Amino acid sequence: MDKPILDIKNLVVEYRTDDGVVQALNGLDLTIMPGETHGLVGETGAGKTTAGLGVLRLIASPPGVVVDGTIILDGKDVQQTTEKDMESMRGYDVSMIFQDPMTSLNPVMTVQDQIAEVYELHENISHDKAIELTHAMLELVGIPAERGNEFPHQFSGGMKQRVVIAIALAGNPKLLIADEPTTALDVTIQAQVLDMMKQLKKEYNMAMLMITHDLGIVADICDRVSVIYAGRIVEQGSLEDIFDRTRHPYTEGLFNSLPNLTDRQQKLKPIKGLMPDPSNLPSGCTFHPRCNYVMDICSKENPPRVYRGESHYAECHLYNEENIMKGGVIERD
Amino acid sequence: MWKYIAKRLLYMIPVLLGVTLIVYIIMSVAPGDPAKAILGDQATPDAIEQLREELGLDDPLLVQYGRYVKGLVRGDLGISYKSKGPVIDEIIARVPTTLYLSLSATIIAVVIAIPLGILAAVKQNTFIDGLSMFIALIGISIPIFWLGLLLLVYFAQELRWFPASGASSWKHFVLPGIALGFHSMASIARITRSSMLEVIRQDYIRTARSKGMPYKQVITKHALPNALIPTITVTGLQIGALLAGSVLTESVFSLPGIGRLIINSIQGRDIPVVLGCILVFTLTFSIINLLVDILYAFVDPRIRAQYF
Repeated sequence: MDKPILDIKNLVVEYRTDDGVVQALNGLDLTIMPGETHGLVGETGAGKTTAGLGVLRLIASPPGVVVDGTIILDGKDVQQTTEKDMESMRGYDVSMIFQDPMTSLNPVMTVQDQIAEVYELHENISHDKAIELTHAMLELVGIPAERGNEFPHQFSGGMKQRVVIAIALAGNPKLLIADEPTTALDVTIQAQVLDMMKQLKKEYNMAMLMITHDLGIVADICDRVSVIYAGRIVEQGSLEDIFDRTRHPYTEGLFNSLPNLTDRQQKLKPIKGLMPDPSNLPSGCTFHPRCNYVMDICSKENPPRVYRGESHYAECHLYNEENIMKGGVIERD
Repeated sequence: MWKYIAKRLLYMIPVLLGVTLIVYIIMSVAPGDPAKAILGDQATPDAIEQLREELGLDDPLLVQYGRYVKGLVRGDLGISYKSKGPVIDEIIARVPTTLYLSLSATIIAVVIAIPLGILAAVKQNTFIDGLSMFIALIGISIPIFWLGLLLLVYFAQELRWFPASGASSWKHFVLPGIALGFHSMASIARITRSSMLEVIRQDYIRTARSKGMPYKQVITKHALPNALIPTITVTGLQIGALLAGSVLTESVFSLPGIGRLIINSIQGRDIPVVLGCILVFTLTFSIINLLVDILYAFVDPRIRAQYF
């Protein structure tokens, strides 16, 4: 079996502010194989973006502190790498598409210069040659090359996101982290951008971490899925495991929150309550105050990780080694 | 672009008229008779009365002002009461000194302030940040004339590194330039720091870092151009403050510039010279503001798209 491109073990990240310690990640485990598209699904504030930034070692510090855990990126320990080596990996071995295309581009620099920088930084070529490569890249993401010397304010949101994607792809990375790449876009543009990403991924054969809260995108593009809640993976498995053999009550809640297009009379069943305050997480299982199946033990002990197969697990007190195999514990299965 | 500049230049006309009118009124209402000031304490009332008539000082204020504006339109700034020569000649003789002084002060201010502000922002909440902002605080608090005297005592009298007065070489402008520029330096450094702090938190800075660009390069190539706009604004305004400060600095360092001319003329009630100097200051300030606005467009393509 291949070596994983990304291997995160027990990652703990805190944001230490004057108002308190925000526990963004609480022992996150995540492994991505070369060529795999891995979906990281969860609500706003669950720590998805922090996980992505952690891989690039770009968590703002202060206030962010990596308290524990390791991130092995393409065989190198991100925490132990020198800043210089890290710089040569960023944009080249791993790159990130950021959430908000409106603010992710430098307003006083032409679009092509911002893309060309990636080539100039990593490939030791002249500016003219970099611009040439940039024009090819612009065409690839569906922007006419002659618009390259325009500024970001002359572009629409969808176009800007294509530029951000072009920046991320320019280094031909082994791992692409896409942080809600379509959240800021209209639905029609979303579909275009997603199709483009799927195609580019196939072309470049890179691994991808797709950070999203949209289960539709996950179904569309991902091979494996991790469901994150309050900074911890609560259920992880293949796309089919998560969608058809759902085990964790939180994952069930996410599915139940989706509108049912075939039965429009059916009421939405949102997960009750709100994401817990990450500076004051509930004891035991962090999901227990919102869980429909809550038991006494849930607030007292951290739930065990129970495996259904080699690659599908859930962290929940409802399960033991037997009942996780056949399911039927929660309503969805 | 040229249309915009022409429009802005036309707008300067009402500004100049307004400023001269206000100064004219102030000078006329202020106590003290120009005729008496020219002829001295020993003059007879008859002689004073005669001179007042000669200078047209007995006419109504608006008539006097109208006469002045009429001259102005023809490019005539009037005749000095004191020297009896054309005001324009007196001003032209003194412009270079004030120009060199303001220029050296601006250069000293900008060259120190921008790196200081960047450094303070990048090293926020460290000793370097604290020291930079402490220097800036001193700069804002310290009066120009006192700093000027200190510099004179130590660097001109004790160490004899620089001459104490005169304006015949670049050395003469070092101490006055520091005295005058220090205050502006402080303001520019503070604003550079705060705008830099805002910019380095922006998403596009993170994007630049995610490309693998070294942090120093991110600061100079991505953050600085974006942080410069407030800095340019303040620098432009500070040049206005420099003109006002030149009055004090030129007095302390005995520089024969516009600042000293205006002080002497106010004391001698030499109204045409005062007005001439004020006109020069106003014009300079307006043109600098125009240059600042044009400079914005060079720095920020969004502004360029809006105006040009």
